[in-house]
Amino acid sequence: MATMGHGLNLKETELCLGLPGGGGGGGGGGSEVETPRASGKRGFSETVDLKLNLQTKEDLNEKSASKEKTLLKDPAKPPAKAQVVGWPPVRSYRKNMMAQKVNNTEDTEKTTSNTTAAAFVKVSMDGAPYLRKVDLTMYKTYKDLSDALAKMFSSFTTGNYGAQGMIDFMNESKLMDLLNSSEYVPTYEDKDGDWMLVGDVPWEMFVGSCKRLRIMKGSEAIGLGMHLSIYLASIFWNY
Amino acid sequence: MQQQQKVAALSYSFPEEVLEHVFSFIDSTKDRGSISLVCKSWYEIERWCRRRVFVGNCYAITPAMVIKRFPKVRSITLKGKPHFADFNLVPEGWGGYVCPWIKAMAVAFPCLEEIKLKRMVISDDCLDLIAKSFKNFKVLVLISCEGFTTDGLASIAANCRNLRELDLRESEVEDICGHWLSHFPDSYTSLVSLNISCLANEVNFPALERLVSRCPNMHTLRLNRAAPLDKLANLLRGAPQLVELGTGAYTSEMRPEVFTNLAAAFSGCKQMKGLSGFWDVLPSYLPAVYPVCSRLTSLNLSYATIQSPDLIKLVGQCQSLQRLWVLDYIEDAGLDMLAASCKDLRELRVFPSDPFGLEANVALTEQGLVSVSEGCPKLHSVLYFCRQMTNAALNTIARNRPNMTRFRLCIIEPRTPDYLTLQSLDSGFGAIVEHCKDLQRLSLSGLLTDRVFEHIGTYAKKLEMLSVAFAGDSDLGLHHVLSGCDNLRKLEIRDCPFGDKALLANAAKLETMRSLWMSSCSVSYGACKLLGQKLPRLNVEVIDERGPPNLRPDSNPVEKLYIYRTISGPRLDMPGYVWTMEDDSAYLE
Repeated sequence: MATMGHGLNLKETELCLGLPGGGGGGGGGGSEVETPRASGKRGFSETVDLKLNLQTKEDLNEKSASKEKTLLKDPAKPPAKAQVVGWPPVRSYRKNMMAQKVNNTEDTEKTTSNTTAAAFVKVSMDGAPYLRKVDLTMYKTYKDLSDALAKMFSSFTTGNYGAQGMIDFMNESKLMDLLNSSEYVPTYEDKDGDWMLVGDVPWEMFVGSCKRLRIMKGSEAIGLGMHLSIYLASIFWNY
Repeated sequence: MQQQQKVAALSYSFPEEVLEHVFSFIDSTKDRGSISLVCKSWYEIERWCRRRVFVGNCYAITPAMVIKRFPKVRSITLKGKPHFADFNLVPEGWGGYVCPWIKAMAVAFPCLEEIKLKRMVISDDCLDLIAKSFKNFKVLVLISCEGFTTDGLASIAANCRNLRELDLRESEVEDICGHWLSHFPDSYTSLVSLNISCLANEVNFPALERLVSRCPNMHTLRLNRAAPLDKLANLLRGAPQLVELGTGAYTSEMRPEVFTNLAAAFSGCKQMKGLSGFWDVLPSYLPAVYPVCSRLTSLNLSYATIQSPDLIKLVGQCQSLQRLWVLDYIEDAGLDMLAASCKDLRELRVFPSDPFGLEANVALTEQGLVSVSEGCPKLHSVLYFCRQMTNAALNTIARNRPNMTRFRLCIIEPRTPDYLTLQSLDSGFGAIVEHCKDLQRLSLSGLLTDRVFEHIGTYAKKLEMLSVAFAGDSDLGLHHVLSGCDNLRKLEIRDCPFGDKALLANAAKLETMRSLWMSSCSVSYGACKLLGQKLPRLNVEVIDERGPPNLRPDSNPVEKLYIYRTISGPRLDMPGYVWTMEDDSAYLE
């Protein structure tokens, strides 16, 4: 893959916590999905917050307030272009059906090239009593997904999200510490049935290969035999 | 006084058996309900001979209550999640579990023959229980259900000797093994209807062929996408009596013998009236179905990604068509042809091929719908996705089709105005409700103010279900609907500026409806609590993924709200993000 014109810069690969300036839609239905860093950069330089932060009450109020403002806007002005949950009202069943494509050997047909396939995956959190489902195509970055997951499971939080600060993929021992702790980390099962840590591949690749998500304790992740060295090596991929 | 005695005497003069016999001709739930209200003895007689029960909301009543009142039920229909669950607005784990019902009925209704579920969660254990508890079980219909795997289906296949119908329409099934079908014993021959279109993987095809060919009463067969086209001909030859067929993927390597075999097989299907399936269509194979086209009354091409010319060629042959589901690839030209050729058309659904694209990818506009409304006098049910609309078009459609009963229009971009006048579409939808006096179901879209709701409240007196999104200016809109629509049963609203006032002012109305859904509106937690306190026969459920609503001010709007009438009190199976507003005021947590 071609480089994005930036040398590999330590700051870019550092996995930061919130978005600069706060706010940011996350979750479903939000209309502010743009992040200041989204301009053309891809891959690891995207924020990957492996620590699911419980948002403070102030953040929540701010978000719900801004959401209301979106609702009561001047009706002549259409909402921002980010996908709104459940609109247009095409049934999930139909979306999934249209998304799967079988290899068509003969004629090249003008098939639905632009349909944004939904990518519904189940999300479970160890210890939480119920599963959730998310449509990965609703999010543009790992950060968005992470925010949404935090919101989703916040009612079940046991405070085990800790405040250790950001996860540094560059620092193997720190990563090992995290994975040895009782901090929660998000993991996913990919197309080959392997369980991986969320954040190891570029976002689009992740969306295409993720079959289900599981938020588990770091110590368990180690137990599943995740190969850290691969992650560390992959950080040095050049695009 | 004398009059009452006369009536009493009359009703006592008929032996129960006679009344029962008379009642046996009355099947509709509504009529049965009316019968039961005449007098106590009719209530008693009726309840002992009611065979079919329809429960529109599984939380409105408990299994025990149903069993107590109707001890001899043979068929039950249950609906679970709210309609907006189809569009991913209801988080996972919300509820709709059928297990308590099955467990109770396994004991109380040993003669149960039919179970029909919609938007419910059913486990393999439940399926197993069904398979083993009801000796004369005949019909299992699972529409948009989830929670089970092919193992559960294997149990049904293995144990239900009298099964006639197995319909898994649009359900989410974990497909573990295609061999579940082989669990139907060789001696089993009573299958009439099989719909496995939702299964992801290939089923054991030889087993399917054997099953189909040994069941002489097979009437409906809907295959899944993985069913190969080149095996369809053989299957059809084994069941030429099929009336409804759903193909699998309609594509294969282009081989002449596959085509001729298929065409010949279709020629042999003299009873065929309905076709569906058609995933991944290879247009050159379409002519194989031409032999059956003139008799078709129902055609579902809503997964067929073929272009207008091919669609026109196909549909043009189907002059008997009553129902057409198709993608917007049909375009205005195709709809013009439909209007000209299919004079018996009753129902049209046009789905979007590219719902998330920013611009139109097909030449389908309001004109197509206008044409069909002009050319098809029996058209009464419409679902139409498009990107532009005018008040003039809606007006024309309304005047052309006063017999419209279901009208669902989805203009893809929210708040889109009339593209010619740039005004709201209030008057267009107003014309629909004014002229279509029998309108039962309506879905709105486009730019709409409170005025459209004023029209709806004034004219839509027969309206039973209304879906609203991104519309209205104030509580007045909601008030018009709640106060004006006398027959409203289901109301679902999203992203509208409706708050507390209209709800509280029309609280009593809510007890006359099945349910109300409001999401991304402005209803406060305080108002929800109030409704919950004042109306004990309603369950007021707040769905909020931000955490307990009592941690935020009462004035804070809730994310989602689902209110439904019930005689069984608050439910006990709610997930962590749903709170019921109780009679006993706020939470003690």
